[in-house]
Amino acid sequence: MSETAMTRREWLLTDRPQSRLQARLGRAYVAWRRFTANRLAVIGLAIILGLIVLAVFAPVLAPHSPYVGDLANARLMTPGPGHWLGTDDQGRDILSRLIYGSRLTLQVVVLVAVIAAPIGLLVGTVAGYAGGWVDAVLMRITDIFLAFPKLVLALAFVAALGPGIGNAIIAIAITSWPPYARIARAETLTVRNSDYILAVRLMGASPWRIVLRHIMPLCISSLIVRVTLDMAGIILTAAGLGFLGLGAQPPLPEWGAMIASGRRFILDQWWVAAMPGFAILIVSLGFNLLGDGLRDALDPRGSGQ
Amino acid sequence: MSMSETQRPAGRANRRARARLKAVAGFLLVVATTYLGLVAVTFFIGRVVPIDPVLAIVGDRAPARVVERVRLEMGLDLPYYQQFWLYLKGVLQGNFGTSVLTTNPVMTDIRRVFPATMELATVGTVIGAVIGIPLGVLAAVRRGSVADQVVRIVGLIGYSVPIFWLGLLALLVFYARLGWTSGPGRIDVVFEYTFTPITGFYLLDAILARDWAVFRDVLSHIILPASLLGYFSMAYVSRMTRSFMLNELGQEYIVAARAKGLSETRIIWGHALRNAAVPLVTVIALSYAGLLEGSVLTETVFAWPGLGLYITNSLQNADMNAVLGGTIVIGSVFIAINLLSDVLYRMLDPRTRTR
Amino acid sequence: MSALLTVEDLRVTFPTRTGIIEAVRGVSFTLGRERLGIVGESGSGKSQTGRAIMGLTPEHGVITAKRLDFNGIDLLKASKAERRALRGKRIAMVLQDPKYSLNPVMTIGRQIVETLRAHEPVSKAEARRRALDMLAAVQIRDPERVFDLYPHEVSGGMGQRVMIAMMLVAGPELLIADEPTSALDVTVQLEVLAILNRLVAERGMGLIFISHDLRLVSSFCDRVIVMYAGRIVEELPAARLAEAEHPYTRGLLNCMPEIGADRHPLPVLERKAEWKE
Repeated sequence: MSETAMTRREWLLTDRPQSRLQARLGRAYVAWRRFTANRLAVIGLAIILGLIVLAVFAPVLAPHSPYVGDLANARLMTPGPGHWLGTDDQGRDILSRLIYGSRLTLQVVVLVAVIAAPIGLLVGTVAGYAGGWVDAVLMRITDIFLAFPKLVLALAFVAALGPGIGNAIIAIAITSWPPYARIARAETLTVRNSDYILAVRLMGASPWRIVLRHIMPLCISSLIVRVTLDMAGIILTAAGLGFLGLGAQPPLPEWGAMIASGRRFILDQWWVAAMPGFAILIVSLGFNLLGDGLRDALDPRGSGQ
Repeated sequence: MSMSETQRPAGRANRRARARLKAVAGFLLVVATTYLGLVAVTFFIGRVVPIDPVLAIVGDRAPARVVERVRLEMGLDLPYYQQFWLYLKGVLQGNFGTSVLTTNPVMTDIRRVFPATMELATVGTVIGAVIGIPLGVLAAVRRGSVADQVVRIVGLIGYSVPIFWLGLLALLVFYARLGWTSGPGRIDVVFEYTFTPITGFYLLDAILARDWAVFRDVLSHIILPASLLGYFSMAYVSRMTRSFMLNELGQEYIVAARAKGLSETRIIWGHALRNAAVPLVTVIALSYAGLLEGSVLTETVFAWPGLGLYITNSLQNADMNAVLGGTIVIGSVFIAINLLSDVLYRMLDPRTRTR
Repeated sequence: MSALLTVEDLRVTFPTRTGIIEAVRGVSFTLGRERLGIVGESGSGKSQTGRAIMGLTPEHGVITAKRLDFNGIDLLKASKAERRALRGKRIAMVLQDPKYSLNPVMTIGRQIVETLRAHEPVSKAEARRRALDMLAAVQIRDPERVFDLYPHEVSGGMGQRVMIAMMLVAGPELLIADEPTSALDVTVQLEVLAILNRLVAERGMGLIFISHDLRLVSSFCDRVIVMYAGRIVEELPAARLAEAEHPYTRGLLNCMPEIGADRHPLPVLERKAEWKE
């Protein structure tokens, strides 16, 4: 048993990998080892996995309906058996709403990442590889967006587009891409003049091919780290928009909007507003811990800090 | 001292002056294009995105002749580039249009509410820096210790907690349950009509008026929202301080300072922190800008009559001119703070100073 | 000659995750008011020997010795505060590169004055006067002007002279110079060495000169210690360097090019495992 484990380990850590797959697995193994050595990062990963499980199995896990409450008998009940986190002013079970709300949170995070990261990646790598006036113009635009306060810009966008979770996602994505462009450009500049890019160019590869096939993959790992670290901020912005009534609309169980509707009862039924806040705190803490751990594992240069 | 300097001082000074002029010109160009971009984006949000910009401004209950008047006022019959030119001219003159909600020019409203936000963000930044810097230094000096871990976790929670929620809980605990602080608002109604602000910064005004009852009241109002903002600033500042300090403590000049027989206190605070202070200025400026943004949510929770509350109130009433005016003002302050931090950086780091 | 410094069986070890690294493994020597050179390649433990004497070993390092005695003071038993009082005042150290070893955001004058004021209750004016005298002593022509300059505004050679001034201003009896000229241009090296030499002689200091450059050390010092892998492999007067017996020293000597000599094939420095024992 231990002998096969040893050989597998040796196979992963070999200096002379036989195939690209083996080399990749080996590198992933080393990163994984470094990652799991960081206890806080593992906690972060567990939180995020928990969030995904909650979102996927919400109908199975939620004890009550998130939308229909018992208005007659179960309004604003204290946390206890039956309703572990209490009920809100419409008699709905807060725990069930939180569980369903995890779907909205995950949706926001994933969609923002899927929209913003590729935009940033494309802008950054093209600017970095093309250089000259293309670079100057693209980076000026990036800097203009960076100069904006993110939340205020998102607010203005949602104000123009109209409230709703879809518009909130678009608004957050529009304000999120500039840092990714900056990172991708910096990474591109470091590899742009390296010998192997030169070799690819000499072999006649087109600029687009070089950018797409050879430069972008190199930017991915630092981008993943940055996106993970940003996810906490995205969740907080989305919750802030929800709190102001500009994100998800009732009766959707969005956590920020739940805090807003619980605000009226804060003095006597504190749990209505408090519980969704804890959920936001735990999930964004999870993303922060995970992002920190990923940064240390994938980027050994920065781990000294 | 070097040969070339004594040989051709005139040529060198000339070249230096020219390089400096070029740098300043480039700098101004960057500021100008950033500002232009800011106005362009708000123009886009206000005029291009909404299906009917007039409706977005006057609301759907306005009579037809009002709608028509506003349409002509805004020049909506003109092509976009002319509209933008008009808009830009207006913005540069401080004309953001009229607020539907207050019926005042937006600029007048902003002038009234802005000091409240500045005061809140300033006190928050001071709290964040005063607590965050020593914590970051401690974490760096005792790297890997329990203290380091605690600072790290306190900071991470600061990054992760929704500010409006923490504000609600703080109000619940410190105002409603414990009664340690005053509740929402900026000043008690009792003083509202007897106290005449001069600068708009109430703490300062109370000191100037030597009115200690007002000072105490204002302080007990500001302490909760400012501490909250201060916590966010502290999370950021302590983390960056730690990383800058670790970098400085590994430098050779620290070994030299030890070899001179200086005390650890002097080495840490006099040498390492003095060097870390150079990038820290940028961090604190950025966190100040971040607090202006954070004030949008904080002010809503604490009913703090500042720009943030003004923007969210306007949002809820679809008062587009006011929203965009507020956005441009906050964006402008962002740009100004970045400029200022750049200048401060140059002043603090002798290597970027030209003699 | 009374011994200024006695080192007996000095060991410096660093525990790491992969095991214990022994940087210095039983070094012994005595030093009077003379110039002692320590030579060796990088990683030979020469710098760690100097830092151990200064009390500047990194925190996780462990120092043991049978004796570590400076002028009757047992350095092993001295408290942290006592060690600090010695540093700069009685034992000083010149580091390699002034570009990194001078604080970039503090004027040169303040950095020199600081050494003085850390050890003596002198007035500001008095401290300034002595700092200016010291700058003059390291042959800086316009001390008043240099006093107010920042380190980046002076050349490397002048930076190293400032470093020497900063370390000697409180009048130490022992100076440890760790590769003091390695970062400088060849033309400036001799100038700085001459200044160092004169000051050491005038003030009757002991000097430990750490370098990888055997020729430089032999021309500059009275006595030479050759270190390899944390041990002393040979100790001899500089004048009799040609009589060195240890193959490692001979190897180092053979690395020196001679004008007109046939250099084919280039000699390779031999390293044998048994020298470590």
